[in-house]
Order: sequence, then structure tokens, then C-alpha cells
Amino acid sequence: MRYIKNLRQYGIFIVFSIICLIISFISPQFLTVSNWTIIITQVSINALLAFGVTFVIITGGIDLSLGSIVAMAGVSAAMLAHPDSYPLIIPVLAGLLAGLIVGVFNGFLITKSKIAPFIVTLGTMTIVRGLALILSKGRPVSNLSDPFVFIGSGKFLGIPLLIFILILMFLLCSIILNKTVLGRYIYAVGGNEQAARASGININRIKMIVYSISGLLAGLAGILLTSRITTGQPNAGAGFELDAIAAVVIGGTSTTGGKGSMAGTLIGVLLIGVINNSLDLLNVTSYYQQVVMGIIIIGAVVLDSLNQRANS
Amino acid sequence: MHPPAEQLLKVRGLSKSFLGVKALDNIHFDLKRGEVHAIMGENGAGKSTFMKILIGLLKADSGSISLNSVQIEHMDVYAIMQKGISMIHQEILMIPELTVAQNIYLGRESKRAFLLDEKAIIQQAEELLSSMGLDIQVRTKAKYLSIAELQLIEIAKAVSNNASVIIMDEPSSALSEKEVEILFKIIKDLKSKGVAIIYISHKMDEIYQIADRITVLRDGQFIATKNTVDLDKNSLIALMVGREIEELFTSKSLAKDEIVLKVKNLHKKGKFSDINFEVHAGEVLGIAGLMGAGRTEIARAIFGLDSFDSGEILLKGKTVQIRTPKDAIEQGIGYVSEDRKALGFIPELSVNQNISLSSILNFSKRWLINEKKEREATAKIAYELKIKASGPNQKVINLSGGNQQKVVIARVLMASPMLIILDEPTRGIDIGAKQEIYKLIRELTKNGLAVIMISSELPEILGMSNRILVLSKGKQTAILTQKEANQEKIMKYALH
Repeated sequence: MRYIKNLRQYGIFIVFSIICLIISFISPQFLTVSNWTIIITQVSINALLAFGVTFVIITGGIDLSLGSIVAMAGVSAAMLAHPDSYPLIIPVLAGLLAGLIVGVFNGFLITKSKIAPFIVTLGTMTIVRGLALILSKGRPVSNLSDPFVFIGSGKFLGIPLLIFILILMFLLCSIILNKTVLGRYIYAVGGNEQAARASGININRIKMIVYSISGLLAGLAGILLTSRITTGQPNAGAGFELDAIAAVVIGGTSTTGGKGSMAGTLIGVLLIGVINNSLDLLNVTSYYQQVVMGIIIIGAVVLDSLNQRANS
Repeated sequence: MHPPAEQLLKVRGLSKSFLGVKALDNIHFDLKRGEVHAIMGENGAGKSTFMKILIGLLKADSGSISLNSVQIEHMDVYAIMQKGISMIHQEILMIPELTVAQNIYLGRESKRAFLLDEKAIIQQAEELLSSMGLDIQVRTKAKYLSIAELQLIEIAKAVSNNASVIIMDEPSSALSEKEVEILFKIIKDLKSKGVAIIYISHKMDEIYQIADRITVLRDGQFIATKNTVDLDKNSLIALMVGREIEELFTSKSLAKDEIVLKVKNLHKKGKFSDINFEVHAGEVLGIAGLMGAGRTEIARAIFGLDSFDSGEILLKGKTVQIRTPKDAIEQGIGYVSEDRKALGFIPELSVNQNISLSSILNFSKRWLINEKKEREATAKIAYELKIKASGPNQKVINLSGGNQQKVVIARVLMASPMLIILDEPTRGIDIGAKQEIYKLIRELTKNGLAVIMISSELPEILGMSNRILVLSKGKQTAILTQKEANQEKIMKYALH
């Protein structure tokens, strides 16, 4: 019985492994280092957004402004990243700062006004997109310095730098969620906000922090995307927040809060990447890819709620 | 004996258990046409369970209910309402955006073809209200009415439903004196039309003013039905409390001289006023009072869960500012809520993680949790409190009520408080766990902890407290010493 329970707990890992196994039989290219390098590089932007929004969703919130932050941060960084203008650190800091500011603003509105996070971040999503367009006058910002472009497209020891950043951020977020007081408080706030307050937790502070982290990571994602496509696009990142939320949900994090894991989110991100990749390998048109992705999102949640019913 | 035609409702041998605990045990009850019949009993005597069964919200385990000689115990809420039993709930169940008329006829609107006949609905509502002598505009949206008006509309709704039995649960709790007069006038009017009223209230004066007969329940059992004129207040109180203190309680520890908490002139508009008391080290101060007397509200204010308007809180002689529970915990106050599920624990976190939640910084270095230290400390207290779980990683949601309560107490104690407030600490837990909690309180007071214990169970209050503060309608009516206190006295002051 216990064994079965454990199986359930790792359900998404098992589903992921089985899918990988099946695809590797159909397409011999699938299980190659070069193909996996492609997959991981492709999912890295979504992964950063998903890691950030995992914190938010575990507290029972949501962040819809991620895609706009990607554009805003990307444009901000790109404008300061022309060759022979500033040292590399300046555009990077500008991008991170842009993300952080939006995150803090989200957190501030949500804790002070008591408006639902869905509404607040829906508003900031639109505001920030507008700011990105204003800042860039609606045009792509190109002509970026070599060091800046290197972040997103360079390699270290033959492995894309993006993959190192992804692993580093995954480890960092996992440690925050699993090993720190902050992580414990995040679960507590999402699990039962009132009990968390009565236990002496400053719930507003925790919420401020999670939206800030989410914004900061979206800022980083914006920098990496801009570097990779070598232009700051004010229209970039539209809909990215939904992919990130999809990955989190597929990874078993409950949208009602209190439950979830970084490892689950990583698997969710990879699963989305693997499905897209294999459908590419199998020459399935992208129209079908969207249908398949939708089915997987709903399927994952149905599976999860069935598990919960069986457990209770 | 009454002629059979007078007999409206007849309840025989009604029993109901929740998880093996008897909430109602072999209840008998008769209701005559045109009478006002009060049901009295302490909190937890089984009144609301009984009413919920009468209106079909709960199913009885055994027993029969007949209305006009028709068996109704198997029927659902809607069918029973059709048969003529309506209940006026304590909380108002009206749709704020609909008008008075629309609310009264909700679910049974007049129609012309497929369309609503609003004119007819308004006309019916106007006739109904004027026949009851109520001066309320039927076109007004429910959200603009006072609670008193809404309550009267609820009664009108029951009347329009041709109710022959109307159950009123604490109907006057939100009413002013003038409004109570109107209520009583309507009740008398209904009586003369042959409607029977079941009236539940803690307010003695009202009962003696309005009720023809009184039925007393105690611990889920039927105690007596008497004519109001044959029963004086003291006999009624004796019937309501009348049980012996069981041998659950070991000897009390002696209060020390040191005053841990002093509350001065605590006041919150509409909740409580002029609250003054102190708690010594090693002492249990019991707080007694009926539901709504302000017990929990005072506890929440002291702990920083709610704000208060004026007054002062002193800890060990120093005035403290407590704005949030975090402040309270840091100042050395712990609170175990009456509502374990809402305020006690985080269901998805483990036993370990719940116990350490209020004191996690003690097991951390630069925000990184030292899990080994945390495990050791929580395991120690879990052992001391005899928390029964399959392991430290079991989720608290899967524990029994008694063990959940112990986890909450463990969390509060881990933050090393000098004062703990226990709000109904043994509600909904079995007798074994109760006894363990009593013993624990003894141990803690011996070590100098100050304890405030709020409880609706008088034997528990009497058995555990060094002194007892009694509240009534937000005011403190007595502080009784151990020697002075007995059940009758507490009840008298609680009904003051």
C-alpha cells in the first residue's frame, strides 16, 4: 500500500520516463546528447519563469505579468547593451532591476489592497507591456555588444551557458523552498493563511518576497532571451506566463496553494520541451502540438485530483 | 391531557451520534398548536443538532418524528419545509441583490407563461407584510435592510410558506429592545393563528416573557419539559447544569505571587468593554460565559489577531504593544484557538514542521533550517505530549482531533511562552486525550506558566481553574475564587 502511495507521489516522474522511453523507440535521434542540448536550451527561459511562479503558486497566488516582464527587462537591458557603451554588468543589472521592481509592485498591491493576485497581475501585465513599448518606441532594440550576446548563445566546456544558468537557478530555488525558513513559511502561508498568521508569520512579508522573486527571475529570463535572439523585443514573451503556469501545474503544484515542489516544476518544464521536441522529430505540425499540450495539462491535473481523492 | 388535535409535532426516541460520540440520546419532545416552546441547555447540550434533524439537514440514527401524525423523519429539507416546518436561522440567508418581494417568493415565483410576473409577486408580498403589521418596502433590495428587518422578513417568508411550526434560533441576538417588542408582537400574532414556535435562546428574561413551556436538554439527553409558570429561574438553571464533576481533575497548583498578565479597561466597541483581570504565574484563570459573551474576542485581542479600541495590556508589569500574533509570540504569549482547523495548523505540513512553525528561527542559521536540530527538538516534545502519529513526517491533516490539538499545543509551547491562552482546548476530542491535556496543563502551571482557559464546559472550568472570570454580553460580571465558584453561580453570572 505504501509502495503504491510512493508511486503516486512520483507519478509525474514516471509518466515523464515512460514518454521518454516510448519516444526513444520511435525516434533514434531522441536520446542523443545534441538533441537534449537543444531541448534544455529551448526550455531554459520557460524554466526560469516556472521556478519563480512556483513560489507564488505555492502561496496560493498567481503571476500573469511574467511575459510582459520578460519584454520589459529585455528592452531595458538591450538599450544599455550597445557595443562600447557600458560594461556588461550594467545592462544585466538593469534587466534584473526592471523585473524586481514589477515584482515588488505586484506584491505591494496584493498585500496592501487585498485585491486578488489574478486581477493585480492581469493589470500589471498590460501596464508593463505598455511600458516596454513606450521605452523602445515600439521598435526592436538591436546592435548588442558581444559579451551580452555571449550570455545567451555562448558555450562553456562545449555546453551552452544557458544550461549552467538553468542548473544553478534550479539548485538555488530548490534550496530556498526546501531548506530555508522562507521556504517553510511559503508552504505555511499557502496551506492555511490564517493559521500561518496565528503561528507568528508575517504573511504580507512572505507574499512580497515571492512576487519579488518571481519578478526577478522573469527579469533574468528577459535578459537571456534578448541575448539569445540578439534583440530587445517589446513584443517578446507574450503568453510565456501561461506556459510557465502550465509547467508548474503539470509538475503537481496545487493552484490552491500549500503543495508543490521545484523538482516537479522542472519535470513539468522538461515534459513540455520533450513533447514539443518529439512532435518536431516526428514531423507533426505545430497545430497538433498545441492540442497535445492542452490535453497533457488537463490530464496532469485530472491525475492529481484522482490521486487526492484516492488518498483521502 | 391535551386532545389529539392540539398535538402538532411529536418526537420519540431520537438519537444521533457523530463518530461514536452521542450528540442526542433518546430525545422526547411534544409541540402543541399555538404554543411557544423554549428549548434550553448549555452550549453543546444538543439543541442545534436536534433542530437540524427537525428541519431535515441531518438524519437521525434512530427515533421518529411526526407532524400532524405524518412521519417526516426520512424527508429532506425541501419536503419538510413543504410540510410546514420552517427555521429562522441565526445567520440570515437572503440574497442581497434581490428585493424583499423577490426574496420572500424565491423558488416559488408567480409566472405568466414562462415569464416572471413581478407585479403579482410584489402584490403578494405587500399583502403578506401588511397582514403581519410590518412596514417594510417590498421593492427595497435586501442589502439595504437592517438585520432586524431581514429577520422579520425571514419570518414573513416562513408564514407565506404556510408554516405550522417556526423554529427561531436566538432570534433576538441582533435586535434592539424595541425590535424585540415587534418580534414578540408578531410571535403572539402567530400563536393566535395556531402556529407553534420553537424558541431557542440563552436569555432568561425573554424565555419567561414569551414561552408557554420549556424543554431542557443536557449532554444530548432529554431532562424535562415543564410549564414555564411551574419552573423558577433557579430550578431551571439546576436542570440545565445538574451534573457532578467527574474525577478527571487532579489537584491544582498554587498560584505564585508574580503577575504575568494584567489587562486594564480593555474595550472594543460592540464586542467587550471594561475588561480588567490579571493572571499569576502558575495559575489557571478560567473564562466562562455563554456563546457570544465575548470570550474568544478578548483572547484574540490579547493575542493580536484582532485590534481593540482602548485599554492596556501589561506583561510582567510592562505595557506592551501587540499588533500581530507575531508580536504576541515574541512577547511570550501563546494561543491555542477554539477553531483548530482554521487557526491551529497547516494541514499539508508534517507533524514536525507544524510543531516547529512558531519557533523555526531557533533551529536556523542565516535562514537555513538545521533539520537535525529541528527533528530532535520536535521529537522530544511530541514524545512528552504523547502525540500519536505514524511518524514525524505524517501530515497533520491525517491525525485524530486529539492529536491535532496536541500538535497545536506543542507548537505554542515550542516558542517558550510565559502565558498561554487555551480556547476550548478539549472541544471535539475524546475523553482520553482530554485527560492528558488536563494533566499537561497541571505540569505546565507547576513549572510557573500562566494559563488562561476559555471553556463552555462548566465541570472543566471548575475542575481546572484557580479563579474564574465570568462574562455576559461583553461585560465581566464576576471573578470567582475556587472556593466561591459552583455551576449555579457561574450560570447565574453568565446569564446576568
